Amino acid sequence: MSKPQAIIVGAGFTGTATAHDLALRGFDVTVIDRGDICNGTSGRTHGLLHCGGRYAVKDQESAIECIDENILLRKIAPMAIEPNGGMFIALNESDMQYREDFISGCQACHIPIDEITPQQALALEPNINPKLLTAFLVPDGTFDPLRLALSFAASAKKNGARFRTFTEAKSLIMNGKGAVSGVNVVNRATNQKYELRADIVVNATGAWAGEIAEMAGSIVQVKPTPGVMVAYEPRFVQRALNRLNKPGDGDIVLPQRRMVVVGTTSFEVNELDYVPVLEEHVKIMLERGAELIPGIKHAKMRGKYMATRPLIGGGMGRGSARTFKCFDHKETDNVEGLVTITGGKATTLRAMAEKTADVVCEKLGIHSACVTKDVPLLSYRQYYVLPN
Amino acid sequence: MSQKWNITLKVSRQKAGETPHFDEYKMEVDPDEYVLDAVERVWAFMDRSLCYRHACHHSTCGACGMRVNDVEKLTCITFIRDVTHNAGTLKVEPLRNFPVISDLAVDMGSLYSRLEEIGARSVLPATEAEIENPPSKWDPADQQYIRLADCLECGLCISACPSAATSSDYLGPAVLAGAQANGLKRNPELLEIVDTEDGVWRCHSAFECTAVCPSFVDPARRIMNLRSQIIKERFGNLFRKA
Repeated sequence: MSKPQAIIVGAGFTGTATAHDLALRGFDVTVIDRGDICNGTSGRTHGLLHCGGRYAVKDQESAIECIDENILLRKIAPMAIEPNGGMFIALNESDMQYREDFISGCQACHIPIDEITPQQALALEPNINPKLLTAFLVPDGTFDPLRLALSFAASAKKNGARFRTFTEAKSLIMNGKGAVSGVNVVNRATNQKYELRADIVVNATGAWAGEIAEMAGSIVQVKPTPGVMVAYEPRFVQRALNRLNKPGDGDIVLPQRRMVVVGTTSFEVNELDYVPVLEEHVKIMLERGAELIPGIKHAKMRGKYMATRPLIGGGMGRGSARTFKCFDHKETDNVEGLVTITGGKATTLRAMAEKTADVVCEKLGIHSACVTKDVPLLSYRQYYVLPN
Repeated sequence: MSQKWNITLKVSRQKAGETPHFDEYKMEVDPDEYVLDAVERVWAFMDRSLCYRHACHHSTCGACGMRVNDVEKLTCITFIRDVTHNAGTLKVEPLRNFPVISDLAVDMGSLYSRLEEIGARSVLPATEAEIENPPSKWDPADQQYIRLADCLECGLCISACPSAATSSDYLGPAVLAGAQANGLKRNPELLEIVDTEDGVWRCHSAFECTAVCPSFVDPARRIMNLRSQIIKERFGNLFRKA
């Protein structure tokens, strides 16, 4: 029997992770992206391997997803992760009022936390604000976004997946009975146009998911919500530093190589392909970042940038849940052969892929369980080494 | 306050099988934007056929290396202000010594397979970040921290290297720097890979690699150090035989 065929549109976190999952379940997978790996939201992710503490009070579904996936990713992708933990610090009375909710929220979501004194915190991280009132150690980490996605892509390739980068979906091929049966693509590197046929098309384009779904006359409710991040030198901390309060602007500082990255803000846009980095948001990162690490005030800026989150499920800005959703368009708009995965966070990429592959398998009547929890990923460099 | 400059972005273009030519794009920019922002706006608003690589936009991934006015740059952290002027021209070309996929995008396969061959570490103990933090200053307790290596694997050093231009088999600065960081004492099997014509001895000490490295690796110094490690190994063997 020939393998079931899948086309995945989008080579970001969800696309590469879904390729890995489906390839392990015996699919013949082709991934297309109009650019190279991770050239949209995924590549510009802040890089926090969330322990879930940020969401433990208001969004516990996301918090539990985060802690579970955090533990798994450390095991399967160590070559892309700085596993140094994280710290939540309180700097004022409002932060201290959040303390009780944080403790009970983390307990409810089985996130291990350890409250330490300001002196202990300063001994571990001498550059943090010395006026802190309390601190919690948490199992955060940080990761290199491109290398995390490449690890999944490399592992998918090993199991036969093909990556057609610089290959743009121009339209979906409909079979005349309201079902999607493939994608008309153009290879932007050669200007060659051709058809790709498959049993299922997975729309893994994140913030752009509405544009691909529209090609089949379907609708995906995704709210593209960019945020600005600023990198400074040097590496002031070894741990991910979080403000002990409800999620807000500029309340996370991450170490990465010789930098720290402060993030982020939250605004809405209509034009997705180019979002300017707003100077007033850069200023907020400087001010808010310097509250957590005073040295940032006079630090050298390394880079300023933005990424567009794909938010789903209603709510505005910070109020939106950070969970993910897989849409079977047969159920949502009676279009067969098309599945969309969007929402979520980088930390939950593997879980998003598992859910998507489950939906795909169920639709095609294939009985094959997810094994990605137990499969160590290949070195990200193998993506470039293995034949395509 | 943000300023506005009018510049001409001169971009090297080629689709598969074509010889490269330049296309010019007149555009308004803020001098405090990065070169990559200008390239990205060409694609977003002026010419959808442009191919280029980019991901993190803050110098951790190494995807956006290009030649800017004939010098290798990580375009995501290169201010337009530093490479042109109002009414000026900004020339952007793909990295050298790699096959061009199209326009500004190159195939980095040779670099990544060589880094695999020598087992270059992508994460390592924070104490080994020796340039800004001399190991002597570290508390033993800091040994617990793991961090991503300095090398972004961006390929700028390979593009800038005159020796890499003369031999496509040359391991190249980033790879030799990775071998040096691993150390021959800890990894004696590296000796036969780096002590070769296309290993450390291909280097002609031009030091271009260190000049363009955007991430503190200083490959030239590491290559020199690797040579002295090799000589020590070889001499050590001579004396042992004697």
